[in-house]
Amino acid sequence: MDEPGYFAVSRRGVLQSGAAGFAAGTVPGASVAFAAENKAGAIAVSRMPVRLEVNGEGHDLTLDTRTTLLDALREHLHMTGTKKGCDHGQCGACTVIVNGERINSCLSLAVMHEGDAITTIEGLGTPEAMHPMQAAFVKHDGYQCGYCTPGQICSAVAVLKEIAAGVPSHVTEDLGAPMQASNMEMRERMSGNICRCGAYSNIAEAMAQVAGESA
Amino acid sequence: MKYVEPVGETPIDRQRVVGRPTPRIEGPLKVTGRAHYAYERHDVVEDPLYGFVVGSAIAQGRVTGFDLAEAKAQPGVVEILTTTEMEALPLGLGNSTTLFGGDVIHHYHQAIALVVARSFEEARAAASRVRVSYARTPGHHDLASIADTAPFAKDGDKGPDVSALGDFEAAYAKAPVRIDATYTTPDESHAMMEPHATTAHWQGDKLTLWTSNQMISWGKDSIANVLGLKPENVRLDCPYLGGGFGAKLFLRADAVLAALGSKRTQRPVKVMLSRPLVFNNTTHRPATIQRLRFGADKDGRMTAFSHVCTSGNLPGGDIENGVSQSRLLYAAPNRYTAHRLAELDLPEGASMRAPGEAAGMMALEGAMDELAEALGMDPVELRIVNDTQVDPENPERKFSNRKLVECLRRGAEAFGWDARNTTPGGRREGRWLIGHGMAVGFRNSIPRKSAARVRLSGNGQVTVETDMTDIGTGTYTILAQTAAEMLGLPLEAVSVTLGDSDHPAACGSGGQWGAANSTSSVYAACVKVRETVATRLGFDPAKADFSDGSVHQGSESRPLADALGAGEIVVDESIEYGDLAEKFQQSTFAGHFVELAVDAYTGETQVRRMLACCEAGRILNPVSARSQVIGAMTMGVGAALTEELAVDTRYGFFVNHDLAGYEVPVHADIPHQEVIFLEELDPVASPMKAKGVGELGLCGVGAAVANALYNATGVRVREYPLTLDKYLDKLPAIA
Repeated sequence: MDEPGYFAVSRRGVLQSGAAGFAAGTVPGASVAFAAENKAGAIAVSRMPVRLEVNGEGHDLTLDTRTTLLDALREHLHMTGTKKGCDHGQCGACTVIVNGERINSCLSLAVMHEGDAITTIEGLGTPEAMHPMQAAFVKHDGYQCGYCTPGQICSAVAVLKEIAAGVPSHVTEDLGAPMQASNMEMRERMSGNICRCGAYSNIAEAMAQVAGESA
Repeated sequence: MKYVEPVGETPIDRQRVVGRPTPRIEGPLKVTGRAHYAYERHDVVEDPLYGFVVGSAIAQGRVTGFDLAEAKAQPGVVEILTTTEMEALPLGLGNSTTLFGGDVIHHYHQAIALVVARSFEEARAAASRVRVSYARTPGHHDLASIADTAPFAKDGDKGPDVSALGDFEAAYAKAPVRIDATYTTPDESHAMMEPHATTAHWQGDKLTLWTSNQMISWGKDSIANVLGLKPENVRLDCPYLGGGFGAKLFLRADAVLAALGSKRTQRPVKVMLSRPLVFNNTTHRPATIQRLRFGADKDGRMTAFSHVCTSGNLPGGDIENGVSQSRLLYAAPNRYTAHRLAELDLPEGASMRAPGEAAGMMALEGAMDELAEALGMDPVELRIVNDTQVDPENPERKFSNRKLVECLRRGAEAFGWDARNTTPGGRREGRWLIGHGMAVGFRNSIPRKSAARVRLSGNGQVTVETDMTDIGTGTYTILAQTAAEMLGLPLEAVSVTLGDSDHPAACGSGGQWGAANSTSSVYAACVKVRETVATRLGFDPAKADFSDGSVHQGSESRPLADALGAGEIVVDESIEYGDLAEKFQQSTFAGHFVELAVDAYTGETQVRRMLACCEAGRILNPVSARSQVIGAMTMGVGAALTEELAVDTRYGFFVNHDLAGYEVPVHADIPHQEVIFLEELDPVASPMKAKGVGELGLCGVGAAVANALYNATGVRVREYPLTLDKYLDKLPAIA
């Protein structure tokens, strides 16, 4: 059987140089040595202080700089409403709202969010006082297992704001006309949030209800 | 309660709570992020260590050595467990290959090491420094290349899995209209949103697993067996799980490795399989090659029917039973069905939602569409002409309730089937070719033992306790509805605790049997609670009526709470079944209808409308039942159009092992979906007179989409999924 060929440059070498360049270029003020290898090949852990503003409350943390915003929320702040579905930006379960815009929190390092206003599913509402979108998901059964649900809801809230702000999408037919929260417009924008249980039809109805109420 | 005769009228028939559209009672917790899944149990586990699983980089062969020096030197590393430090662990229920231990590699991404560290980041970084050497051996990775020589599968001790009636070959040769079509379905992945995850903690010789598992009692027995523990020393807890679709029916490596890691470190350890590991480390729906041959008279009646399905699996693995429905769905006097099973060195094939029927009906119902075309007959009428009310292989045995014809007629009417264009490729709207397709849905209803505890206390508060799971199916709500109906209390008076193996063992979530059997166990327990209440109040248990928080008999009436002065009432009860399932075939039925638009220029597909008309006995909660069906229809669209695990036949693994490469439907792919439930009761199936719907909604959908593509374009694709490369060059001329 044929053996696979090997690249001249090892994957590890590429990753090391890439990681160092990335860290140095994007985290100003970091005071700890980056990715310095000792003789045994161990990487010294780089830690940084960061203050996260989550749902209006400040949290002072000192984090391994490799910690994603997702893991900072789940493992350090024990706010587990934000879900880990793939950990590399393919499913949307980790969607949170940062400074008014939705992001995949698994693709963002926590230390990049000093001073940012972060809203998670816990901050949108409580079981006793649900956000209108949360209440609409319950009413229209816009979920089943519940695992993608926090990400769907954070996305849905942000999507209606994007439409209201006139941000165009791939399916927007007339860029000059007022933006409509049409079924296709919402579905297109929600397509980064996978629901394997297949609650899409119901999620569309929950969003249509909230869009109608706020229109 | 042993269920041996169909029940007469029961308190459930009042349908004051059961059968009413009811939002999920745990819904507010889920939508606000307060429902805690297996990797999130900060509420019960403090300061766990993090385990990261290393998967094999070869598909077949041996691990010849580990170099752990560099990995162990990484900061934060507490322990590294390797597969070569122990013998291969015994198999758990449903496993066809070991989950850990030994040096033999059976499939790609088989778990070979666990790195345990103080943090996730440290565990992951160290895992990337584990150096492994292998001795690779060749294997069989390509089903198509060995299908022709695959032996017949064995039907238990009964010999080859072949079923024959009459003389198929002779009848087929004589038939005026014949179809001979071969369909293929690919390997598919469950791709549930929560990867397999477990938090494990030992206290002395007692092990607790907070895990994501559909079948708690199977899981408990399996982990005990695999690790050599007494079952009473194991507890599993799973109040919520982020989907499963069969992927979490059986014990997997996350649970085994979390338990081993925790044992070694004497600390709680949590393990979540990284998403790219899920596809090859765990199970999948095996690919199939299916040949269908039908012979029919000119009026559409089938005289000869044959379906042979070939699938592959690891040695010891099961078949993908694509012919299951074909033995029951259509009448034909001369029949032949069989299954061949090839030995294949790919990851482990096992159950995925509607195992058997989901793949089998993609082929069967496509071939039926071809037969309708050959006959010049309406595809709906063809199914109706060939309907049967008895088991075709055993005409003495009737269906308990079979309303397939009604599903088809009512569905066709609601969908506007008669208004469709019947000339393939004959309807164009702007740039879109429009097509319509239909298929039958069919899936059995399976009785299984299930147990629950019902506790009536205080002023009439009810607690239901069972190890049953809610995988998104709506279990919490239907169990509460059942208890509320039986005891004449409002839904709010009932709380439900699920997924804890310390509670009575339920049927679990699989095979679309969860709803009917788990509610039947609560029904059975409530029957006994009612007897105790009535007796305490001096009423006749057979005549007492429980409603509005009171118990009534004749003109007398007393508050239910009066019965509790003598203390709370606690009943553990189970539902078990006699031989009704042998006497009657118990199945569920649907008509699926799809409107598809195909871009005449690019071939891009867009599902425009979907409708399912279903018969599944009593619909316990129309809200969650409908969600089960639309979710299944969505999975059916994926199976038809996009989902395929691409096999690297040189090295033996699934190449597209993440959610970008394995394409499940997204919002943009799925339109508004309609579901109609026939108002039927099936007292043969269960005392709740209910069957299941969770898998019925998937069966046939893929074929309905494919048949719509044919109607839109005139191109028949028999190789799922229907990707552009298979039909773009055959689309009708554009001008």
